[in-house]
Amino acid sequence: MSENLLEVKNLTTAFKIGGEYFPAVDDVSLNIKPNEVLALVGESGSGKSATAFSLMGLHTKARMEGEVNFLGRNLLKLNEGKMNKIRGGDMAMIFQDPMTALNPLMKVKQQIIETLKIHNTKPKNERESYAIELLDRVGIPRPKRVGEAYPHELSGGMRQRVVIAIAIANRPKMLIADEPTTALDVTIQAQILDLIRELQEELNSGVLLITHDLGVVAEMADRVAVMYAGQIVEVAPARELFKNPQHPYTKSLLNSLPTEDMLGKKLHVIQGVVPALDKMDRTGCRFAPRIPWVPASEHEYNPQLREIAPGHHVRCTCYKNFSLEDAGETYVDIDEHEYEMATRGGNV
Amino acid sequence: MLKFTIRRLLITFPQLVILSILVFFLGSLMPGDALSGLLDPNIPAEAIQAKREELGLDNPWYIQYRDWIFAMFQGDFGTSIFHQRPVMDVIGDRLMNTVWLSLFSTILIYLIGLPLGLVSGRYNDSLLDNTITGYTYLGFATPQFIFGLVILWLFGYNLGWFPTGGSVGPGLEPGSIDYILSKINHLVLPSFAIALIGLVGTVQYLRSGIIETKQKDFIILARAKGVKESSVYNRHIFRNSILPIAAFFGYEIVALLGGSIFIEMIYSYPGMGRLFLDSISTRDFSVANVLILFYGILAILGALLSDIILSIVDPRIRIK
Amino acid sequence: MNLLEIKDLKVHYPIKGGFFNTVKDYVKAVDGVSISIPEGTTYGLVGESGSGKTTTGKAVMGLNHVTAGEIYFDGQKLNEKGRKVNVRDDIQMIFQDPYSSLNPRKRVFDIVAEPIRNYHKKSKNELINEVLGLLNRVGLPPGSLYKYPHEFSGGQRQRIGVARAIALNPKLIIADEPVSALDVSVQAQVLNFMQDIQKDMDLTMMFIAHDLGVVRHMCRHIGIMYHGRLVEEGTTEEIFSNPQHIYTKRLIAAIPDTDVDEVERNLALRQKVKEEYDQNFDENLDEEGRAFPLQSISKTHRVALPVKG
Repeated sequence: MSENLLEVKNLTTAFKIGGEYFPAVDDVSLNIKPNEVLALVGESGSGKSATAFSLMGLHTKARMEGEVNFLGRNLLKLNEGKMNKIRGGDMAMIFQDPMTALNPLMKVKQQIIETLKIHNTKPKNERESYAIELLDRVGIPRPKRVGEAYPHELSGGMRQRVVIAIAIANRPKMLIADEPTTALDVTIQAQILDLIRELQEELNSGVLLITHDLGVVAEMADRVAVMYAGQIVEVAPARELFKNPQHPYTKSLLNSLPTEDMLGKKLHVIQGVVPALDKMDRTGCRFAPRIPWVPASEHEYNPQLREIAPGHHVRCTCYKNFSLEDAGETYVDIDEHEYEMATRGGNV
Repeated sequence: MLKFTIRRLLITFPQLVILSILVFFLGSLMPGDALSGLLDPNIPAEAIQAKREELGLDNPWYIQYRDWIFAMFQGDFGTSIFHQRPVMDVIGDRLMNTVWLSLFSTILIYLIGLPLGLVSGRYNDSLLDNTITGYTYLGFATPQFIFGLVILWLFGYNLGWFPTGGSVGPGLEPGSIDYILSKINHLVLPSFAIALIGLVGTVQYLRSGIIETKQKDFIILARAKGVKESSVYNRHIFRNSILPIAAFFGYEIVALLGGSIFIEMIYSYPGMGRLFLDSISTRDFSVANVLILFYGILAILGALLSDIILSIVDPRIRIK
Repeated sequence: MNLLEIKDLKVHYPIKGGFFNTVKDYVKAVDGVSISIPEGTTYGLVGESGSGKTTTGKAVMGLNHVTAGEIYFDGQKLNEKGRKVNVRDDIQMIFQDPYSSLNPRKRVFDIVAEPIRNYHKKSKNELINEVLGLLNRVGLPPGSLYKYPHEFSGGQRQRIGVARAIALNPKLIIADEPVSALDVSVQAQVLNFMQDIQKDMDLTMMFIAHDLGVVRHMCRHIGIMYHGRLVEEGTTEEIFSNPQHIYTKRLIAAIPDTDVDEVERNLALRQKVKEEYDQNFDENLDEEGRAFPLQSISKTHRVALPVKG
């Protein structure tokens, strides 16, 4: 068994709401090995993007606790200067919306050269040609011309390739991809996923893939962690998770997809909404309000992740006798405002 | 880029023509003409008529307009009735004074305004930001002439650090070091009076620009590349936030060149603003007309300058 | 009977350029699209960004100009010049983004009542009762009446949008990407409920989307658009189990499937289709990169196969 590349231990990232701190990432632990793709799945407000930003140290106004161990160092303990050496160097990130992720006033090649310069990857006189080489590597036709272009002159797919070129410029050992294809058309999505897979194999890097698209997860991931309300509720090897999902939230999500099996049937609707950061009951099972037909005795106080099969962890005991069929078909009135708050809190 | 500039210039041309026609007609609406006020009543009517024809005053308007434009192209702007000197000479002296004053004020506005806006936007909602923002609100609320009077009273009369009026000390040889130093000395109070109030807009624009820009995705990406926080601000945020200020630069310059009437009056500084006011109160229409044309041209050129500056700093505008 | 018939619709926009800003060329956003939607059915219009699917929907709504072609609704021609056809209250639209398509300063009551006010004179009490009825129908509690859009979740806002759309008892609904801004669980909620409404009110629907999975779930007929034209049209069954045009094949192959057993096969198929697509690109499209005219290969299945010769 190979060594972990990234070890996150009890990471808690809290944001200030009305003078008080509330964790958006709550006691999250996860590991990634080299050449492994871990998918972090969840809906808006689940804390998956907040987790990614925490690893990269990109939250400017959050309170963080726990450990992010990467290449023998706890990133949370590093000062700004040392963290800047890691960011964009050994750990790089691909962003969700390529339309807004590039500086509109800088030429494409300058934006790549900048990262080469910061990490001193190539001698000064080779940076420009290497930038063009990178553009070529991520599948951009006529890379020399595109290097001279400004972002607004490129299509969404092309811009995402540029963002990827920036991310891989310094051959990162760890790649964090935050919804890398959500804003793209399906045919472009397929190409970008191919590219990420290819580069990951070439660089032998670990990938944390953040997405809400379970199809993308099935295609890309070796392991999957499902997040709900700031916590990981289930972790399993990808195959195991899709074949044998355990946590009620995972089951609900999988059944709400309009897949082939669901043709002509009613899709499963998860009742209620993700609870707001500042109005969450943090002692019980956080998914309990959304499966109201499950009696309270099924849940556990302060639910913990437990290994139920090799590599397969589930939080709370409520999964044991859970069945979606018991849900019936009901619309439950929900506190709309809470949803709003939760969504906002998660994307700080 | 070149195409953009040329096309923009082409649009400017008809604007200038329309402006000059308007000014010409305003001038011809004034009662009397160049001869009616000047001539001895004993001169026979035929002689006046002959003189009128010689001067082309009976020609149709478009001929007169053409002659007027041609004369101006040759540097003949007419004669000031009040000063009994060519209009160009009257304006020339004042123009140089105003150019110096606006140059100083502009430099001060950006020298003080940009750092204040940068600090205010970067550390928004801190004590420092609140202080700076408080100052800008005060600046918006304070009329320039009151502020001008206050610092004139404080630094001019009370402390006596700077001269209280005029543009240069008496009896100095133009071009000498003393002359230049005296000019600068005279500029300090009026230009600070203009700048300290004039910069509040710049500070506010930059502050809100920075606050808006700093949460954009490409700024997060810059941090994710490992860009130092100071470079994030200097290289990425600043340039993107300064676009609205760059867009206003042309207008700002023009407004200053037009002369600040209040400040020039308070500091009895012989500049364009005062000249304009004087020419109207003395009914010196030949000067007033040229000044109106001059201001019009400045406004058009200011808009042109703003557009060109914006097209240089923002590549997205160039293609259109 | 077809409730909606679009015949050879063209929507072209001029591109201005050059020194004097003259019209240099046209963007042919929609370039010869014909669609018929039988009453009471849902037609899925699928395509990627820039394919012209939204423009087609907006043309039916009368939201953009029509360069050429005819649009018939219930036998009446909609886009005739000089004649105002009063069917606009029979056609309503549901928009993509429930966050921005509702006026944030208006209460739910005003939003939903607005179309009714525009077409009918009603007393305040009648209006309130009518709006309450509509809210009930879309599954929103009566307490929502005087709330503002920001007080609702995404799925609920989409319900408000639907309530507004069905306020005038329309016959045709144009739904433009109604779920693409929503999370999957919320998406499920909105899809279920749109199906319910459609059944209850016997609505005809044009469902515009880029997500083939969603379209398959919702529609009986599907049209695939590419670059302003239809490349293939048929029943959902035909499109998914027997796609003919290379672009359709590529689109279907590109959808990631949650079936982990099929991943390897899907990836291989996708690769194969993409190669075929890249190789035969020129053959499958005309010299402008657009689809050829559709040819029938079965009663319901039409494909833009290359014209030989």
